[in-house]
Amino acid sequence: MSDTSIALELTDIHKSYGSLEVLKGVSLKANDGDVISILGSSGSGKSTLLRCINLLEQPAKGQVIIGGEELKLKTGKSGDLEAENRKQLEDMRSRIGFVFQSFNLWPHKTILGNIIEAPMNVLKQSREQAVERAEGLLKKVGLYEKKDAYPGNLSGGQQQRVAIARALAMDPQVLLFDEPTSALDPELVNEVLSVMRELADEGRTMLIVTHEMRFARDVSSQVVFLHQGQIEEIGPPEQVFENPKSQRVRDFMSSHN
Amino acid sequence: MIDLHGFGHLLLAGTWVTVKLALVSLSLGLVFGLLGAAAKLSEYKVLRAIATAYTTLIRGIPELLIVFAIYFGGSALVMAVASIFGYDEYIEVNPFMAGVAALSIAFGAYATEVFRMAILSIPQGQWESAQALGMTRSKTFFRIILPQVWRVALPGLGNLFQVLLKDTALVSVVGLQDIIRQATTAISSTKEPFTFYLAAACIYLILTAIATAGTLWMERACTPQARYKG
Repeated sequence: MSDTSIALELTDIHKSYGSLEVLKGVSLKANDGDVISILGSSGSGKSTLLRCINLLEQPAKGQVIIGGEELKLKTGKSGDLEAENRKQLEDMRSRIGFVFQSFNLWPHKTILGNIIEAPMNVLKQSREQAVERAEGLLKKVGLYEKKDAYPGNLSGGQQQRVAIARALAMDPQVLLFDEPTSALDPELVNEVLSVMRELADEGRTMLIVTHEMRFARDVSSQVVFLHQGQIEEIGPPEQVFENPKSQRVRDFMSSHN
Repeated sequence: MIDLHGFGHLLLAGTWVTVKLALVSLSLGLVFGLLGAAAKLSEYKVLRAIATAYTTLIRGIPELLIVFAIYFGGSALVMAVASIFGYDEYIEVNPFMAGVAALSIAFGAYATEVFRMAILSIPQGQWESAQALGMTRSKTFFRIILPQVWRVALPGLGNLFQVLLKDTALVSVVGLQDIIRQATTAISSTKEPFTFYLAAACIYLILTAIATAGTLWMERACTPQARYKG
């Protein structure tokens, strides 16, 4: 078990939409406890890369390994890769937390109902067990008193904190954040970032697609800069932010400060 | 008040038949509608083609002809099958069953479109967030998508149910003892068409009012977040 410390490994991920090649062979490795920020201008393939990890998007080529287990893929009718085995995909997805830009809470369920749904239906936890854990997580994100509310009753920042609690309820090995603050009003961004900062401090393995430069610089162990579907630069935040090798990254940084 | 000359109990009996016919047709029709929508949204071409043929055909011909087709066509079919076994008497299809079949098939064709639009109106992200947590496709559909589909489809379905309630009158032409048939019976002995058709109209109005109230109540029940006080 030499690679138990590798939480996530992506190898040579390719993805095209029609003739537009969005990802041109991206490889990335995250060790346990790594916080990797993925930066880049829009259209650089950041979100697509994240969505290829749990097959919300089907890559054309590549390999995904989570916690030492390879996701078995085969070529589907469309020519892109799909899971060879639904069961394995569902099992792996249950170990990968995904936080969406638009929260995607379920409006017909209460906040508590949103959080206990997957632990009960996927992990087969008892209701009491799931509720106990959900209430603990709601306290952690500071929304315990909203547990009987519905998503429509909450602000965007509160909804995103619930969405994070929902992902945490599965006790995932890796957390993926797809621009978690991009849909929020500016004054609501910080409440979400501070929850994420706390998770990073706890040593959670996280991949974060974001435009929040200061946050990325503060919490990341690694920063990846994507450009036109390829990794333009990768390194510790001090390097990528303060002393990037690539001229493109330098231009990007100066326009974002 | 209207003098019903002692035919009130007949109208009441007819009302009960109408209500039964409408409710049974509604239940079956909802099943047809959901199946139709599932088929229309299926990845299989054959299923899509069958569903399209179904909605195009049924929505393209008058309900009355569907009733006739099932009532007379059904008799012919049953007799043809019976004659294989050496039974050559005239067999009549039960008008209630024929009515249920005709009305639920018609309701299902329209409901297919209502359900299809409702399913499409649910954002893709609702599927994605459930699947990203490892939920199966069927669990996602039944636990996450369908409850939201109901909410969207309810007004449309309520509308279709009102039409269905009034279309039950068509089944009187094949001998079902519904409100219209009973009113006609009463008229033939009292010679007071205006009285009894007015009474029938009032009954339909009451039934559709109840249906409207029921739909509104269900819409309310489906939006708990509007009632949350926190």
